[in-house]
Amino acid sequence: MTNANQQAVARYKNNFLKEVEERVEEGDMVKMCMQCGVCAGSCPLGSAWEHSPQKIFMMIRAGKRDEVLQSDSMWMCTSCYNCIVRCPRQLPITHIMHGLANYAHRLGIAPKGQPTREFAKTFWNNLIKRGRTNELTLTLAHYFANGIGPGIKTALNMQKIGLGMVMAGRLNPMEIFGGHSVKDLKGFHAVLAKAKEIEDRKKGFAA
Amino acid sequence: MADNKFAAYICSGCGIGDTMDVAGLEKIATREGKMTVVKNHPFLCNAEGVQMIRDDIANEGVTHLCIAACSRRAKAEAFAFPTAAVSRANLREGVLWAVAEGADHDEIRQEMAEDYVRMGCAEVKKMKLPEGNPNKGDAQNKRILVVGGGMSGMTAALAAADAGYEAVLVEKTGALGGFASKLWKRVPFSSPYAEPQATGVEEMVAKVTGNPKIKVHLNTTVTETAGSPGRFKINLAQESGSVSEESVGAIVQASGFTPYDMAKLPELGGGQANVVDQAGLEALAKSANGSAIKRADGKEVKSVVFVQCAGQRDDSGTHLPYCSGHCCATSIKQAMYFKDANPDVDTVVMYTDLRVPGMGEDFYRSAQQKGVIFTKGKASKVSGGDACKVEFKDLILDEETSTDADLVVLATGQVANAGVNLDDWTEVNTKAEGGDEAAKTQRTEMKTISVLNLNYRQGPDMPQFKYGFADSHFICFPYETRRTGIYAAGPTRRPMDMLQATEDATGAALKAIQAVENASQGRAAHPRAWDLSFPSARLEGCTQCKRCTVECPFGAIDEDEKRFPVFNEQRCRRCGTCMGACPVRVISFENYSCDTVGSQIKAVNVPDEDEEKPRILILACENDAYPALDMAGVQRLSYSAYVRAIPVRCLGSVNTIWITDALNAGYDGVMMMGCKKGDDYQCHFVKGSEMAYYRMSKIGDTLKQLGLEPERVQTQEVAITDNARVAKLINDYVEQLNEMGPSPMKGFG
Amino acid sequence: MAKKEYAFYPGCSSQAKSSAANYLTSVNTMCDKLDIKLTEIPDWNCCGASIGYAEGGELPRLAINARNFALAEQHLPGKDIVATCAACWLGARETKERLDHTSQLMKETNEALAAAGLNYQGKVEIRHMVEVLIEDLGYDAIKQPVVKSLDGLKIAGYVGCQTNRPFGIVGESFENPKYLDKFIEVLGGEPLEKYEQKVTCCGGALAFSEPEKSQKQIKDIVESALDHKAELIVTPCPLCQANVEVYQSEINRKQGTNFAVPVVYYSQLMAVAYGSTAKEAGLDGQLIRTEALEKIANR
Repeated sequence: MTNANQQAVARYKNNFLKEVEERVEEGDMVKMCMQCGVCAGSCPLGSAWEHSPQKIFMMIRAGKRDEVLQSDSMWMCTSCYNCIVRCPRQLPITHIMHGLANYAHRLGIAPKGQPTREFAKTFWNNLIKRGRTNELTLTLAHYFANGIGPGIKTALNMQKIGLGMVMAGRLNPMEIFGGHSVKDLKGFHAVLAKAKEIEDRKKGFAA
Repeated sequence: MADNKFAAYICSGCGIGDTMDVAGLEKIATREGKMTVVKNHPFLCNAEGVQMIRDDIANEGVTHLCIAACSRRAKAEAFAFPTAAVSRANLREGVLWAVAEGADHDEIRQEMAEDYVRMGCAEVKKMKLPEGNPNKGDAQNKRILVVGGGMSGMTAALAAADAGYEAVLVEKTGALGGFASKLWKRVPFSSPYAEPQATGVEEMVAKVTGNPKIKVHLNTTVTETAGSPGRFKINLAQESGSVSEESVGAIVQASGFTPYDMAKLPELGGGQANVVDQAGLEALAKSANGSAIKRADGKEVKSVVFVQCAGQRDDSGTHLPYCSGHCCATSIKQAMYFKDANPDVDTVVMYTDLRVPGMGEDFYRSAQQKGVIFTKGKASKVSGGDACKVEFKDLILDEETSTDADLVVLATGQVANAGVNLDDWTEVNTKAEGGDEAAKTQRTEMKTISVLNLNYRQGPDMPQFKYGFADSHFICFPYETRRTGIYAAGPTRRPMDMLQATEDATGAALKAIQAVENASQGRAAHPRAWDLSFPSARLEGCTQCKRCTVECPFGAIDEDEKRFPVFNEQRCRRCGTCMGACPVRVISFENYSCDTVGSQIKAVNVPDEDEEKPRILILACENDAYPALDMAGVQRLSYSAYVRAIPVRCLGSVNTIWITDALNAGYDGVMMMGCKKGDDYQCHFVKGSEMAYYRMSKIGDTLKQLGLEPERVQTQEVAITDNARVAKLINDYVEQLNEMGPSPMKGFG
Repeated sequence: MAKKEYAFYPGCSSQAKSSAANYLTSVNTMCDKLDIKLTEIPDWNCCGASIGYAEGGELPRLAINARNFALAEQHLPGKDIVATCAACWLGARETKERLDHTSQLMKETNEALAAAGLNYQGKVEIRHMVEVLIEDLGYDAIKQPVVKSLDGLKIAGYVGCQTNRPFGIVGESFENPKYLDKFIEVLGGEPLEKYEQKVTCCGGALAFSEPEKSQKQIKDIVESALDHKAELIVTPCPLCQANVEVYQSEINRKQGTNFAVPVVYYSQLMAVAYGSTAKEAGLDGQLIRTEALEKIANR
């Protein structure tokens, strides 16, 4: 168990709902779920979720902390927002799922090697580096995330596409050496650092 | 009394004159209908046409008239002649619009029109102008008795008083307020529907006791109710033993409910320590008076579980099968009692379906905001004691699990205080009347729970519907009951919450006012409120068979010492079910009798077998089926020109003699159209259509003996919206009869 | 002076030689013809996209979006921010709504911005290019510059997710938005009467991390368009465009299908209908060439 996780468990004891309300993005809306199940039926990747959002809400109320946070269900969210617009109670379900995933990731108890978790991490690190995403390095980093072997295989499969993109002027091989960037990178990083500092303080991740 | 003078008026408007031979119809009215005056008019319902009829009544002494024009359901105001008996021959909706267009159909269309003129003339010849109730002078009492001093009863008494009517309020306990006075707070009934509200009972009690138009009897029960609307005599007995009498014109029964007995739910901890029902929780909340709620043993409650549907919505047949409607909102309210006193109390409402109708949804949300946890689960076992445990199946997570609590609240349902079950009563009473001593004792025992102690032939209380609630025609006319002038209000009628009970009681008070006003004018009650006729019996022909007294859906007919029927006019709804029941046909109304219909059946010209023109009699309920036939005409949904339709007040009024008459006369078939029967009945007279089905189910053997196929007589359920279906029913039936061939009775009539 | 002026937020994918470079090309052409002036927000940064949640968390995401707002307020005062990318628009609008509604978050965000000497005053409006077209110009104005009708070309209007939910376009339904169909119609094309997969998710960022699951979505989207005899698919979203276009060959390889349905942006349809060359319309940026449109452009 990571340190942050131990601290959270100690602090909230058996009240997982309260923990979610205080520490998860939009978590205070979880209690408003009325268990209709429309979210579960509206998710494009519904069948891939071990626990549907409806169930996750119920599990939170039932205090099933580990089952929720260690689940890879939330990582199936494609951010299509279908659940949000259909929820009769206007719960920001997409954001709550994102929030839970982020919380579990920050606690260090989200499933290891979960592909979306890995990709999300790669994506964020890519974008904060220069303030703008570098699609080439993002793609390469992702395909080689599992090591050189499988990476080359995936990259070969995708090679034709990549070449097509280059030909169509939609992928720049030169980006590997840098590419687009914000000019005030120092300011950008300062903003990010400050925001992270405030957020960590608020959500119990302060060092 | 002046001599009767008969007249027929044939309208040639709306296209009747273009399509039919009106002169031919006039000839029929004169020669066969034997009408003294026969006139036609191109626009009979306009001022000039109506004036023509008025002039004939005033100047020519016309007393009976047959109007051959549109359906009796159309132009009722134009053709209202209060001093004359009026029949209507339905040439427009029933012939012109119902028979397919074109010259091919000219002959059968004209034959149909001629028959309707014959029928209209024959009917009016047998009609008398109703003279009104001879006893109406006795029915002038307009006071309203309210039985039950709870929220419903107090509301009804205040509503009556506010409308200017005196009310007598009888309450069996020593104080007004009923169940509501036991509550700490009530479910909100005004915006924003977010917090429990004060019950307002004390203010209401003060209003009632301070109202000069309301007379309150506490510690009092009704020991006898006799009479009928406008002239009820009520005997009252006080707990102290003293008795008194009140005269009233109508009654509101607001006898409330009793919570389902928790002791019947041992598996849910009923009877164990720290397991209470919702009433029990109200008592705890009342004594806490807004501070932290404590258990009976004095320990402060830190966690509570509400088990919904405890002993309700039970399909095993052991407990209440129905939903009581209020309990979800009540548990939400009670969970808020805890949260409002201390937000850290764990409150779980365990439900299978949360039912919070109306603005209850906002209340539910408010509870969620306060942190009340709603768990979709079904409790299988509750253990009480110092540490309670609720074992349940989580219906979302699909697992058996359990939760601990300091206190468990069971949301049990409402059981109606509706007095004696009349089915049980009849059984016991019949034995008792046969001299069975044990039955006599049992009968006395049964009467102790009676609310009204009616001295009616059919028993001491209102008939009960499903699950022991007072029968109330819940689909179409929820305020109506089966005892004219007596109206059930509140949870004795169906499960309901306080807000609904308040509305219900207001409605019942208005119905009671309507009843006393109708009674004072000698008129019927809903749905024939304008009707001044009433049933009379030629007692010299009566065989004392009691069918009329037993089958009257409204308990209107009592029996005298010799077992002859005694008609209580104000209780009668004029449905004619007694007339349909009478095997010797001695019961009739001035304007509706075995003869008024029988003569129409006989007036129809039934062609010989070789003409290949079948004749089919339709007896259609005037409330639903006949309007549906009219609408079929309006929509030009053609149906066979071989049918002859006669409206009846209710299928219950159909006397089997009409079937016999029709078959003897050579009709090829008889189709009866009435309202839906059964638990979800739509019969305006509750039991009429059911009685008709029952009676017709017995004539099959008779038909076989006559050498007739039983299918020649059919009974169909028809709703007012069934216009397309009636046309199809008729056409299919005609086809079926064609396959069967002509009636073998033809020519013997 | 141009008829309409906006602060432009092109987003990462629309940059030169990025995956939606052809989107930017056609938007520029389209705006020229419609007399719309777009001024890029100086030194704008990435919106974080929806996938940014996992590592980024809440406040960092809000802060980087607010940085763009602050820059726009400072350099292009009074102008609405217009985004062409669905994710940029969504990320920015979500940020704006949350900051407008929660003063605590607004305070914290400005605390972060102060680290770069910036401040967000809450004045900007966030618009999608589609909103500008519909609300500020209207369908009549969109029709006006048409010189080459799309000749009844049958086109599937694939709206996708993020331009449609959770905000969507005012007056449109989430389940069956009609604006793309109306665009197609005023340009002389023929929209599909029924397109079951109009608002189906293409898998979004999960096209990278969960390729099998995403490709199943994409297959449905393409198949339904073909079922209704569409000759091409049009979309307002760069990720939808890329996913649906790029992975057709992968699906063909794995499942033996033979998909080759061109996927274009609404702005490309407009550029062509307004008489621009194929290059000006960014048609040279297609992986699956759209010959039908090229033919009209070359006419």
